[in-house]
Formats: sequence, structure tokens, C-alpha cells
Amino acid sequence: MISLLSRFKRCMFKGLTLGFVFGAIGTASASGADHSEAGFNPSEFIIHHIQDAHEIHIIGDVHIPLPVIAYAPESGQFDIFLSSALHHGAHHGSSGLWYTMDHGTLAAYDHDPSGHDHGAHDHGDHGADHAEEDHVGHDHETHHAGGVEIVDLSITKSIFGMLLMMGLVLVLFASAARGYAKRKGQAPKGLQNALEPMVLFIRDEVAIPSIGEKKAERYLPFLLTVFFFIFFSNLLGLIPFVGGFNITGTLGITAVLATLVFVITTVSGNKHYWSHILWPAGVPLPIKFILVPIEIASIFIKPFVLMVRLTANITAGHIIILAFTSLIFILGEQFGGGVGIGTGVFSTLFMIFMYMIEFLVAFLQAYVFTLLAALYFGEATHEAHH
Amino acid sequence: MDALLNPAFGSVVWATVSFLVVLFLLRKMAWGPILQGLKDREEEIEGALNAAKEARAEIQNLQSDNERLLQEARAERDGMLRDARDMADKLVADAKQTAKDEGERMIDQAKQAIDGERAAAVAELKAEVAKLSLEIAEKLVRQELKDGGAQQELIGRMISDSKLN
Repeated sequence: MISLLSRFKRCMFKGLTLGFVFGAIGTASASGADHSEAGFNPSEFIIHHIQDAHEIHIIGDVHIPLPVIAYAPESGQFDIFLSSALHHGAHHGSSGLWYTMDHGTLAAYDHDPSGHDHGAHDHGDHGADHAEEDHVGHDHETHHAGGVEIVDLSITKSIFGMLLMMGLVLVLFASAARGYAKRKGQAPKGLQNALEPMVLFIRDEVAIPSIGEKKAERYLPFLLTVFFFIFFSNLLGLIPFVGGFNITGTLGITAVLATLVFVITTVSGNKHYWSHILWPAGVPLPIKFILVPIEIASIFIKPFVLMVRLTANITAGHIIILAFTSLIFILGEQFGGGVGIGTGVFSTLFMIFMYMIEFLVAFLQAYVFTLLAALYFGEATHEAHH
Repeated sequence: MDALLNPAFGSVVWATVSFLVVLFLLRKMAWGPILQGLKDREEEIEGALNAAKEARAEIQNLQSDNERLLQEARAERDGMLRDARDMADKLVADAKQTAKDEGERMIDQAKQAIDGERAAAVAELKAEVAKLSLEIAEKLVRQELKDGGAQQELIGRMISDSKLN
């Protein structure tokens, strides 16, 4: 319990750090916007890398376009096209709508927004910058200039990475599983041998101690899937030059994982679990009035924290590495190439150190998420024996 | 920033669908066989270990059985030896007793025989002595009684000697 608490504290601390970094980036972007658009803008650079996007950025101007899938509820029509179509102005979809991309936000119009509206609404070449400057919300924007409400179901960078990693996990473990049938009763070999310790780790160190030997079996497929998906996704995010994936730092994805944990916990909660929350035994009545709302809130807080912890940790790691990369360019720009190179040496050394830590974090966060999920399941299915 | 802090609807939809599909597929294709395989193997290993333990216990049992048998055999041998020795002792003692008894009996017999012999010898000697005495006496009497006077005197002495009642 103490280790759990300290882990929680550490995550809180990391979350706070993330908050500061975000705050710093926020002010940087606010002040940076006043300066010229030509110089190196670290906040834009970092946000661009950690934020979900509709394309995979490799290096410089090299992008891998990803499919954009837009659904217009009004007309009930889908539009599917590659994001590269949005690089130069608006794209006219087959449903007749026009699409634009403003810093990762897909917008749809019933006419060409770069056409006759150009002068009146100051859109066009600088339209994108304008949108960022005063941070126009999506809803607000759609009401402008014949905007149409759409649902963006695009295969974004994070979703692409997620599908990739899920495919990888599926292929790896399905082929490892064949070893058990093919070489029944023999020692594991190859891939099977490589993956088995991790499976055993989740089963013997995470699931069984938290849930109990008998009940753990029901939850193991979920826990194993979650663990390996998070772990592999975290690792993919650490590989440089393959698009800077930030899968487990994408709130939409971690939110789904946390929601599934919430749903499973709530569905499998037994009488003991609910009575512990709704009417804790052995507690004086006045305390109950304080405790019960807290317990009820905790049902929702637990998965929420699960989501925030994973997202924040992974994003924070990316931000730190990117920040040190940015430092080279900032100082290089400010004081000349020599300083930039000098900083580069320092930054690289620190980044190597950070990468080591991020490898640990990649595993640790997958482990923590799985362990806590297992603990919640264990709590929900724990039988009363006192 | 906005996009970073708000879960995008699209990613939620895709993540939910793909995660559930992958969870289902993994469960069918990977976790099921892997966990079952691990369980089977563990059971097999445990079974083998138990079998080894049992075999060891059995060997121990056999060994203790052997030990016990050996002990028994040794005890039996000892018993038999003791019995034999006892019997031998008894036989010797019996034989000694018998021999002693026989010896005593024979000695008694011999004594009786000797006594008998002696008595017979004594009797014979007595008879011989009497006979000799008679012969001597006859010779003497014949010598004495060559003349009549002497005969008369002797008869007279003898008559006087033998008191007639």
C-alpha cells in the first residue's frame, strides 16, 4: 500500500511537472506569437510532435499522409481521402463538402473557404496562424463562413500507431501461442521463450496477487492485452524518426483504456464491494456521510487518474526529450552555431540519459496501469472475510 | 493544446472498436492457448516432481523394508544360533548325565558283583578250610587212634567235653 502511495505521489509530481511544462509552453506560445513566424518556435515544435495529427511526420517536409474520414451527420455522408489532399488549400470531398486542416483540426464548409470568403474573413495563407493566435474553438469556427458540423473519424497518427501496435501484439502473441500447441509439453523456444516471461510476470506478479488465483483467469486476457498494448505503444513512441508516435499520450486512447477498466470494475463488483462503498461497516454514522460520497467519487476518480497518469507520464517524457532537442536550436539561433553545437553535445548526453529513463517509464507505466487495473478488479471481486 | 487535453471523438471510437476487437482476437488466438499451455506445462512439471518425490519415497520405503528384512533375518539367524547352541548344550548335558548315571549304575553293579564274588570266595574258602580241617582232623584222629588206649582216652575226653544235656 505504501509503495502504491509513493507511486501515486510520484505520478502526481510528474503530472505537476507536466502542468508546469504545459504552462511554460503556453506562455511561450503566447509571447512567441508576437514575434516573427520565421524563427524557431519550440512550443509549436513540441506540441506538433506530441499532438495527434492527420499525417506521420518523418523528417523535414517528408510526411506520410493518413486517411481522413469525415462523417457529416446532417447529410449522413462519409468522405474519405488522404490528408495530403489538405496540404494546399481546401479539399473538395466527394460529398460536396470542402475540408480544411487548421493545426490538426479538421473543418468542413459547404463552399470553398479559400474562395470568395477570402477577403472578408481573413482566411487563406495566414488563416492558420490566425486560428491559433486567438484560439478559435471548433464550434465557433463552424458557425463561420458556412461551416458544417462533421465528425472526424480519421485514422490519425495515434490511431494508426495504435492499430499498428495492436497488430504487432496480435501477430507476436498469436505466433507465440502456436508454439504451445506445436511443442506441447516441451520447453519454450524462440519467440515463445522471449514473450513467456512477460506473460508469466503479468500472471504471477500482477494478476494473481491482486485478484486471487481463481478469479484472475477471467481478467487475465484484458490485463495482458492492456499491458502489452501500452508497453509496445510506449516503446514505439521512443523510436526517433518514425513519426514521433505518442499513442499512450493521446487522451482519447487512454480514456478508452481507463473507461474499460471502469466498466469491468463496475460490472464485476460484488455485494461486498458495493456495500463497502455505499454503507461501510464499522464506521460511525456521521463519518459515513463523509465517507460514502468520497467512496462514490473514488469509483470515477480511480480510472480517471489511471488515464491521466499514463497520458501525462508518456507525454511528459516526450516533452522533456523534445525540449532538450529544442534547446539546441534556441541557443544556436540566439548565440550562433558554436553554442548550438556545444549545447547539442550536452543535450544529446542528457537525452541519452532521458531515453534510458523513458525506457524504464515505458515499462513502468504499462506495469502500473495493469497493476492498478488488477487491484481494482481484485477489490471489486474480493470476498468478505472479516 | 486544445487537442492535447481533450479526447478526440474519433480516437475514442477507433480505440474502443479496435481494442475490443483485438482483445477478442487475442483472447481466442493468443491468451487462451498461451495460458492453457502454461498451465498444462506447470501441471506436467508439478506432476513430474510429485512422481519423483513418490518414487524417492518408494525407494526409501524399499530400503527401509530391506533393512527391516535384513534385521529380521539377522535376528532369526541369531535366534537359530542360540537355539542350536542351547540344544547342543542340553544334549551334552544330557549325555553327561546319562553317562554319569550309566557309570554309577555300572559301578554299583560291579560293586555288587565284587561283593557276590567275595562272598562266594569266602564261602568257598570256608568250605575248603573246613574240608582241609576235616582231612587234617581225620589224619590226626587216625594217627591218635592207632593204639586203643589213646582211643579210649580221646573218646573219654571228648565225651567229657561235650556236655550232654
